[in-house]
Amino acid sequence: MEPIISLKQLTHIYSPNTPFEQRALDRIDLDIHPGEYLGIIGRTGSGKSTLIQHLNGLAKPTSGQVLFEGQDIWADKALTHSIRFQVGLVFQYPEYQLFEETVYRDIAFGPKNMKLDEAEIDRRVRRAAEFAGLKEDVLERSPFELSGGQKRRVAIAGVIAMEPKVLVLDEPTAGLDPAGAASILANIEAYRQANHATIVIVSHSMEDVARLADRLVVVSHGTLPYIGTPREVFSHGAALEELGLGVPAMNRVFSRVRAMGVDIDPAVYTVEQAKAAFLAAWRKRKEGK
Amino acid sequence: MALKDITLGQYFPGNSLLHRFDPRSKILFTVLFIAAIFLCKGLVSYGITLLILLMMIGISKVQPRVFLKGMKPVVFIVVCTAILNLFYTSGTVLWSWGILKITEEGIWKAGFMVLRILMLIACTLLLTYTTSPILLTDGLEKLLRPLKKLNFPVHELSMMMSIALRFIPTLIQETDKIISAQKARGADFDSGNLIQKAKALIPILIPLFISSFRRAEELAIAMECRCYHGDEGRTSLRQLRYAGRDYGLIVFSIALCAGIVVLRVVFGL
Amino acid sequence: MANDPIIKAEHLTFCYPDEPAGHPPVLDDISLEIEAGSFVAILGHNGSGKSTFAKHINALLTPTAGKLWVDGLDTGDPENLLNIRGKVGMVFQNPDNQIVASVVEEDVAFGPENLGVPPAEIRQRVDQALKMVGMYDLREHSPHLLSGGQKQRVAIAGIIAMMPRCIVLDEATAMLDPVGRRETVETIRTLNEQYGITVLLITHHMDEAAQAQRLIVMAGGHIIDDGPPAQVFQHVDTLRSAGLAVPETVALLYALKQEGFDVPLDAISDEACAQVLADLLKKPPHLGGE
Repeated sequence: MEPIISLKQLTHIYSPNTPFEQRALDRIDLDIHPGEYLGIIGRTGSGKSTLIQHLNGLAKPTSGQVLFEGQDIWADKALTHSIRFQVGLVFQYPEYQLFEETVYRDIAFGPKNMKLDEAEIDRRVRRAAEFAGLKEDVLERSPFELSGGQKRRVAIAGVIAMEPKVLVLDEPTAGLDPAGAASILANIEAYRQANHATIVIVSHSMEDVARLADRLVVVSHGTLPYIGTPREVFSHGAALEELGLGVPAMNRVFSRVRAMGVDIDPAVYTVEQAKAAFLAAWRKRKEGK
Repeated sequence: MALKDITLGQYFPGNSLLHRFDPRSKILFTVLFIAAIFLCKGLVSYGITLLILLMMIGISKVQPRVFLKGMKPVVFIVVCTAILNLFYTSGTVLWSWGILKITEEGIWKAGFMVLRILMLIACTLLLTYTTSPILLTDGLEKLLRPLKKLNFPVHELSMMMSIALRFIPTLIQETDKIISAQKARGADFDSGNLIQKAKALIPILIPLFISSFRRAEELAIAMECRCYHGDEGRTSLRQLRYAGRDYGLIVFSIALCAGIVVLRVVFGL
Repeated sequence: MANDPIIKAEHLTFCYPDEPAGHPPVLDDISLEIEAGSFVAILGHNGSGKSTFAKHINALLTPTAGKLWVDGLDTGDPENLLNIRGKVGMVFQNPDNQIVASVVEEDVAFGPENLGVPPAEIRQRVDQALKMVGMYDLREHSPHLLSGGQKQRVAIAGIIAMMPRCIVLDEATAMLDPVGRRETVETIRTLNEQYGITVLLITHHMDEAAQAQRLIVMAGGHIIDDGPPAQVFQHVDTLRSAGLAVPETVALLYALKQEGFDVPLDAISDEACAQVLADLLKKPPHLGGE
């Protein structure tokens, strides 16, 4: 299958040829496949923010290429602009970007920039609001009188309304309480399934990415040292620890159980997986093996 | 657009004699030097002030090209002033074409005006290049303290200044972020006519205003929690103290000003 | 002997004055005591009233009904205001919006300056506070270039320099990345353990709350649970109904318990949880089937 986004030898240097020169990304290769759920993990300052800004053409590579469905997105200006609608980017704390008088108009900002007709804009706004978990009656209210969590939903709806093929989210649950975080993640999943969209999510929660993502990308000092399934990536536990990342809690617990002399597979990342692994080991033991 | 590349505060840390002066004496020097520039009348007085300024720039050990860069924004004003003075001064006509004429007096006047503006900017830059914003604010507050008796809010103004200095970089970072976020929703800031371009700024300005208000409110609460209650009974970590060199600088500044006045009034130079 | 309470609330109730009548109060009849020198976490979902309670401790808000005393001072009395704020320092959520000065050490000096401390002593306090939070080397830096965790440590130093008896962290870790959160929590733990400063940590992160000596859970303006973390986390259903999660270790043990296993729910740490699981799996099968 052809990747939907492909980064080839991507390098980004901030303030080149000055004393402040900083190599944020260094010859990165990455393929993102249609329909996959990709998790990006890395410490603050590792280059992951710069990386995701290349996916929709907000940042321009110093060298290397960004291909969208096989086309170089920097080949011509119109294409670069249109990529922003194909690859929706939700920034961290996106609620601070709201500006319109009503929630409806704020969500409509993206579709309007796409020069769609009124009926299509209306359809998209309502559908996006639904995906983001916003009720009809919120649409005519001012975004500024909503709670923090509601504002976040409006901002996410504003990007979803462009109906991007790829939805990139930078820490969409930062600062939310557990219930709010779970609900936003469920909304994103609903969008993915309805639109067969590709999701790229940046997260600091190893538990979340282990549960959600098909594949993980580790960013460190502008390079991607590990790319693979959560199982592959988290098998480098000690190395991840050194990068300041660590592994999911269940993985840590089961590694300890194993170190205590129990024959059990430590490759579990979620409570469900841990429970299943424990029950399997329990049955095996009962069968007297 | 990378707003964070703009240099702000414009302070160049160093340890030159100029850096070590008390900010109050430097501010006094700057004020008196500006007065002297405006009192200059002829070649001799302009020559003296220019020489002193160049000497000061030398002492500051700040690269001369930094000063040139700092003067870039006023090039337009300087050129306009020069042209106006060149063509609209009456006197001995040297060259004329239709209603345009250049006089000998015009050349002198234009030259002096340009020199005056450039020196004005250079000596202000000299102050900000060699004095950290905090010291500058401190110095101003202390110098203006007598005005408090006239109910002039000296402390409040200096507090506002230092908070502004603190938040300018933060707001610039924030502006960058908002611009990126709106661009990601397809906002176009580069094309269209002037009105369209101005309209395109709304999605940046409104979030920026709202966030500034929120910041101001949160900061006010945080300050209140740290027992801020105006300058009544307030002490300061940083103590300004005049050294011998500061008295020297002040005496020198006054002497310079007086000298220029004498040159102007007595000798007409 | 137990210490005197540094914070004491009696039937504390609070409603925002502009709320329509009949609206449920944000804080509803709260009574509690917090012992001087303790490390207490207050856990609750957004809108549970936990931040409103925190703002009462510093007299930013005053009770609609009931009373709150800080070190014996009634927060309802405006005369006590400066005195109370000298005793209780607050660290807020957004690290950017509480740093006043454009140099780290100037910011730390802000509180003592307001209290009228003599300059020589300010210098001493600033240096000590910065050393306590591990930011002394960055004392001449500009705050906007620091990481979130470093900014919060500067904010904490700014509070310490006022020599308070108690520090309240009002969701001070909510906007930080895991590294910043760890830095901040470690810093306040040190302050609590080595200097005996009372710490009140308001959070919705379970792993942080688990480090406290006492855990108070709030929901709908009420205290719904109060006790040591090992005890509170056993009430999985109560916590979940309040929109909160439990640490994953507890969640696993709870799931196993529902499968009929006899496991304790107070094994919060990785190690304790692993020990429980290993013991179960190593125990010889007591069913003599074969």
